[in-house]
Amino acid sequence: MLGKLTWADIPLDQPIPLIAGVGAFSIVGLVVIYVLLKGWGPYLWREWITSVDHKHIGVMYVFLAAVMLLRGFVDAIMMRSQQALAFQAPGYLPPDHYDQIFAAHGTLMIFFVAMAFVIGLINIVVPLQLGVRDVAFPTLNSVSFWLTATGALLINISLVVGEFSHVGWLPFPPLSELRYSPGVGMDYYLWSLQISGVGTLLTGVNFVTTILKLHAPGMTYMRMPVFCWTAFASMLLIVAAFPVLTATLAMLLLDRYLGFHFFTNEAGGNVMMFNNLIWIWGHPEVYILVLPAFGVFSEVFSTYSGKPLFGYRSMVAATMVICILSFTVWLHHFFTMGAGADVNAVFGILSMIIAVPTGVKVFNWMFTMYGGRVRYASPMYWGIGFIVTIIIAGMTGVLLAVPPADFLLHNSLFLVAHFHNVIIGAILFGMFAGYTYWFPKAFGFRLDERLGKAAFWCWFVGFYLAFMPLYVVGLMGMTRRMQHYDNPAWYPWLLVAAAGAAVILVGIGFQIAQLVVSIRNREELRDTTGDPWDGRALEWSTSSPPPPFNFAVLPHVEGTDAYWLMKQRARERGAPEPEPAYQDIELPRNSATGFVCAFFAAILGFSLIWQIWWLAALAFVGAFATFVVFAWRDRTEYRIPAAEVARIDRENRAARRLALAQMEPAE
Amino acid sequence: MSIAARTTAVGLGGEGAAPSVPHELSELAQKRVIVGYGFWIFLLSDIVMFSTFFAAYAVLVNETAGGPSGRDLFHLDVVAFETAFLLLSSFACGVASIGARAHRDTMYYGAMAVTALLGAGFLFLEVHEFVGMIGIGAGPQRSAFLSAFFTLVGCHGLHVTLGLMWLLTMMAQVFAKGYRPDILRRVLCFALFWHTLDIIWVAIFTVVYLLGVVV
Repeated sequence: MLGKLTWADIPLDQPIPLIAGVGAFSIVGLVVIYVLLKGWGPYLWREWITSVDHKHIGVMYVFLAAVMLLRGFVDAIMMRSQQALAFQAPGYLPPDHYDQIFAAHGTLMIFFVAMAFVIGLINIVVPLQLGVRDVAFPTLNSVSFWLTATGALLINISLVVGEFSHVGWLPFPPLSELRYSPGVGMDYYLWSLQISGVGTLLTGVNFVTTILKLHAPGMTYMRMPVFCWTAFASMLLIVAAFPVLTATLAMLLLDRYLGFHFFTNEAGGNVMMFNNLIWIWGHPEVYILVLPAFGVFSEVFSTYSGKPLFGYRSMVAATMVICILSFTVWLHHFFTMGAGADVNAVFGILSMIIAVPTGVKVFNWMFTMYGGRVRYASPMYWGIGFIVTIIIAGMTGVLLAVPPADFLLHNSLFLVAHFHNVIIGAILFGMFAGYTYWFPKAFGFRLDERLGKAAFWCWFVGFYLAFMPLYVVGLMGMTRRMQHYDNPAWYPWLLVAAAGAAVILVGIGFQIAQLVVSIRNREELRDTTGDPWDGRALEWSTSSPPPPFNFAVLPHVEGTDAYWLMKQRARERGAPEPEPAYQDIELPRNSATGFVCAFFAAILGFSLIWQIWWLAALAFVGAFATFVVFAWRDRTEYRIPAAEVARIDRENRAARRLALAQMEPAE
Repeated sequence: MSIAARTTAVGLGGEGAAPSVPHELSELAQKRVIVGYGFWIFLLSDIVMFSTFFAAYAVLVNETAGGPSGRDLFHLDVVAFETAFLLLSSFACGVASIGARAHRDTMYYGAMAVTALLGAGFLFLEVHEFVGMIGIGAGPQRSAFLSAFFTLVGCHGLHVTLGLMWLLTMMAQVFAKGYRPDILRRVLCFALFWHTLDIIWVAIFTVVYLLGVVV
């Protein structure tokens, strides 16, 4: 009746995951009860859960990323403290549990922190920058988000019911095959990623269509802000790479569930085919994450330097070149496979070539600051910290791209230090910069600067303390994923690394404090005009937070830095643009499709993991029925009357006129 | 209303359309293009997924582990019928699209029914082939080659099955709602989906069956 699920699968003998899991779920439960008692339920349902507004969906993505970041960071602290304690000692985490922790850490951080954060920012910002009212398929956008959340939910359920994968963030066979991983941990991993992967793919389809087909009048491709370009490159990569992940994980699932022989040792299966396939997805995945971070920094450097981005065209070209090259380097993840010197040389050289367009970008950012009137706001802190850090990451990356060096460093902590250098130093710093930069746009008030800078310094110093020692022990020969060790030379470095993790913890504490303090002081931090940083792209031309329709009338774009041009004209004229003729605006109605669909997807995933076949069939029918019900709707849009549009827009125009008047004497 | 006038609205967010185009109409043309375009992108991603299965098949095709190879198992005459069914169903699907656009009930429902029957006939032959192979001990567990074969061809069969569910839903939708613009957009997407399955089948027919028997 319940497949493989029995009471024995509740890990009563393992106190740490059980207490953590029960604690986390009780907190979530208490929050839900509090929300319902306060009577906020209908508001949440109407404005967030069933919302198809890209801004709200984006905020929910970022919220999911923040929560998962905490969870993933707890895993990181546990690994660092285990390695600090486990010198000639067993430490406090048994090997079986330690394996689950590094697997969960990597999976969560890549798929549910970095991906969710990137997609969240893209959701909030890209339609605003393009000057349009929403994405191409708003309801599909909601479905995407809720499927991602389903994947995150399944992974967290594994804390309490069953176990998680022991294999690492990528499930390499034959270890991940049924014979060596008979438990449900592997299945949790696979079904979570399959479900959230569908969501990600649909996001890719949605945004490629949005960026190519929806524009404000005059917003030609070569006038799009660089963040839109990087989002476009990232989404193209999703459309081209995520199907490969889906297919590859499907093959592994067939091996595990039905005894197929794709990656088994016997009957002709080919283990290295898995490596090839997973990295054909996995390497572009790096660029799916990092390109939008580059885009954030392009916006940040240009805004806070008060200058147009240096070398806009070369930035676009570099982005698209990286987009294409990212598909040509996958083999550098396993030079040690033994494909031969010629193959390794080709992939080594191709990997080094990627450093060229990335170098172009670094110079463009520095020349953007050069000669500008630079304002050192906290996004600039993240930006300058990023430039220093990414250069180290790039150099160690080029080092790893040399096959003979890679033979020595493969699977060592040097590699771990390198990719954390990229993921924290570029992706996470970029996301934090974007979070600070666009927070007032999403919520209408700025974040506290002092705490933001304190958080930056902790993250920056903590990162160097935590990961530079790993480069060192990696060069000394320490491999990754060691639960204990007995080499006295490594021990002091691992103590430093643990201290670094503690400093990052303080940084996260500052970020939480920053959010709390900023919410409390929101009236002082209020962004009345919608343009708190003297911005350049169209998202700053509307109020903060923007009305549901984003723009009362679609803006007319006459060049790059569209809003900057509008402001210049307004300053010359001494008055904002004359009031336009307002019209009724039609917007898509809310839909519970995404939420209901994710509800069935969660049941489907859970029943497939535990092999409860009748429930899986039921859930599939439920999901299909949800789509049919959605397709049967007769009214898909609602109308905001022109008078209401005018009322909302006039408020914002009045605030801007006031700001312009105050600016006049200074000019 | 000329086609050219309609398509000027594309990509301009409804504003800035040619002044002669009424607002509502430009909105319509624009949505149709956006939906079709987005669905094309999705289909491309689906083709990428199939290409992964093709790649796996190409890697594993000779890994028969002492079991039967394609030459021993494939019957080109059955495959010829499968191909004929699928190509004819694609033609019928095209006729149904014209019928839907012309709002002609007999043409639409008739052609959709023919599409469904031919699709079901294809599925019957495929399931028959699979059952026969499993019956003689040549199931997907037998060798890596057969795993790859069943996955690639089975994935296409699964798409056809989902396509049939979609087809029946579209017949019901037109019956319940009439030829509304949003329904017609879905008919367009369904037709694109069905034709794509045809293209993938041509690749399967060539790479799996023809090369399997000839080489």
